[in-house]
Amino acid sequence: MITPTHYMLLSAALFLIGVTGVLVRRNLIVIFMSIELILNAVNINLVAYSQQLQNAIGQVFAVFVIAVAAAEAAVGLGIILAFYRNKETINIDEMNTMRW
Amino acid sequence: MLDTLVIPLVKILIVLNAVLVAVTYMVLLERKVIAWVQVRLGPMRVGPYGALQPIADAVKLLLKEDITPTRADKYVFTAAPIIALVPALIVFAVIPFGPEVEIFGHKVTLYITDINVGLLYIVSVASIGVYGLILAGWASNSKYPLLASLRASAQLISYEVAVTMTLVSVIVTAGSLSMVQIVEAQRSAGVWFGFIQPVAFLIFFIGGLAETNRAPFDLPEAEQELTGGFHTEYSGMRFALFFLAEYANMIVVSSVATTLFLGGWLRPFPNVAMLAFLDVIPSWIWFFMKTFVFLYIFLWVRATLPRYRYDQLMALGWKVLIPLAIANVVVTGIVKVLL
Amino acid sequence: MADGLNMGEAIAFYVLAAFILGFAVLVVTARNTVHCVLFLVANFLFVAALYVLLGAQFLAVIQVLVYAGGIVVLYLFVVMLVNLKRPPEAHKDPRRRSGLGFALAAIVLVQVGAIAVWGARGARPPASAAPAVPALGNTEQIGWLLYTDYLIPFEVASILLLVAMIGAIVLTKKEI
Repeated sequence: MITPTHYMLLSAALFLIGVTGVLVRRNLIVIFMSIELILNAVNINLVAYSQQLQNAIGQVFAVFVIAVAAAEAAVGLGIILAFYRNKETINIDEMNTMRW
Repeated sequence: MLDTLVIPLVKILIVLNAVLVAVTYMVLLERKVIAWVQVRLGPMRVGPYGALQPIADAVKLLLKEDITPTRADKYVFTAAPIIALVPALIVFAVIPFGPEVEIFGHKVTLYITDINVGLLYIVSVASIGVYGLILAGWASNSKYPLLASLRASAQLISYEVAVTMTLVSVIVTAGSLSMVQIVEAQRSAGVWFGFIQPVAFLIFFIGGLAETNRAPFDLPEAEQELTGGFHTEYSGMRFALFFLAEYANMIVVSSVATTLFLGGWLRPFPNVAMLAFLDVIPSWIWFFMKTFVFLYIFLWVRATLPRYRYDQLMALGWKVLIPLAIANVVVTGIVKVLL
Repeated sequence: MADGLNMGEAIAFYVLAAFILGFAVLVVTARNTVHCVLFLVANFLFVAALYVLLGAQFLAVIQVLVYAGGIVVLYLFVVMLVNLKRPPEAHKDPRRRSGLGFALAAIVLVQVGAIAVWGARGARPPASAAPAVPALGNTEQIGWLLYTDYLIPFEVASILLLVAMIGAIVLTKKEI
């Protein structure tokens, strides 16, 4: 019998894998992809509770999350490209000096 | 048990085999039709009038040497043709070939399944097919395939927007996302949607040409342009999979156009009782005839029109087709509310 | 019969969850960026399958169409355009403590899991005040909510997407 608690544990695990990715990796694109994992984890949680409460509000919220993720990915990747044109690197350890 | 497991499996086997055989004979048909347009004969040697040519082609491709470039990414190189072919085949799960019929006293629907988001499923699976192109060019680790694959995938995702907009106007007209419901809506409207939505029909057809990388939009894979495009480095069976994927995509676009705009399995004027003598032709034969008309038009256009340059192609997609498709959706919505 | 259904659902859930978490770990740990992107696509496809298991078919198709078929294609393009000679993580920064990060994440996961399991024994959630929507299919329900109760967030989301489009174009132009 799969309860929403199962889905919440899955969502928490996925969320934490995403957070680990954001904190540990230095490739900026992989960090962005880990953020997408975090957003997916939130979506799984929303949809699981939407099914338990038989209310489609959770799914509407998930659609909005997907729309916001699309907008964020587009602008974020634009920033990465603009940065790469100037600095020739996408390693965040080399990006944190504002000077040179 | 029979209904939930055996019958769908049999249907899947029949559909997959039919599609794969149809794809191989499409290759022969294309060569023949283009030859006749150019007042020559096409393949004539193998079998009567060249009818066994696809078998010769298949044997040749199976026995060819399988070369993987040295620095290529091995796993992605092997996976790319598979990623290109699988979406083209699994779309056939929702295409309705006919209504519910009686076979040996058993009620069987002539489609594998009917999901309530059928049309969106088709679009989403088609958007996964883009990965095959991108990864093929990337994994080859070579300049020309990479450029060609980036061009091809940019073309594909641009025309995907226009095609999806036309599908939205069809959904608004039919009132449902399910493919079977759309055909039933055409039956209750009494007229095919191709007559109600001519603009959408035209945009879908042009977008379909561009989505399948067919002439006149086949710049990314023309031999004279980028030495063979994204499948330059592929040989043998892997190249065959790309080839199969392209023709399977053509059959998919034709089937979807038939279902959405030409009434699917319905006969012309489905509600007019006077034409009931046309019912002697079974529904799925009507479907195949209409799909075949589309496929023939694909080949005809290839034999006739010259190729678009890449910037002309992108300008057509973004500056002409997308605004036209959006305007079509707006007009459809207004008319649907007023009527 | 209902028991067989529950059993099937349980098996499907565990299999999908294993694949989702497995591919997520591979996304976070793969060396080659293109492989990371491919594992992300696989992750999204399995999440879409999970949505179908939960009865959210429209969301599943939107997930494949927008997320796996649009956003990740964008990531793949950028990965190919940022094609570096030297991999970006060639040498480790000695100030980094990656192992500590993994350990902390595992501890937080155990804590969150404990809270979730403990909280689930509590009171049942009250019956939600579902809006008076007639018994429709999944897509129709979402459409109703989007266009009646949540119309303003819908319009705001479309403006957000317009702003994002303009932003992406402005950021990547060579000269403005």
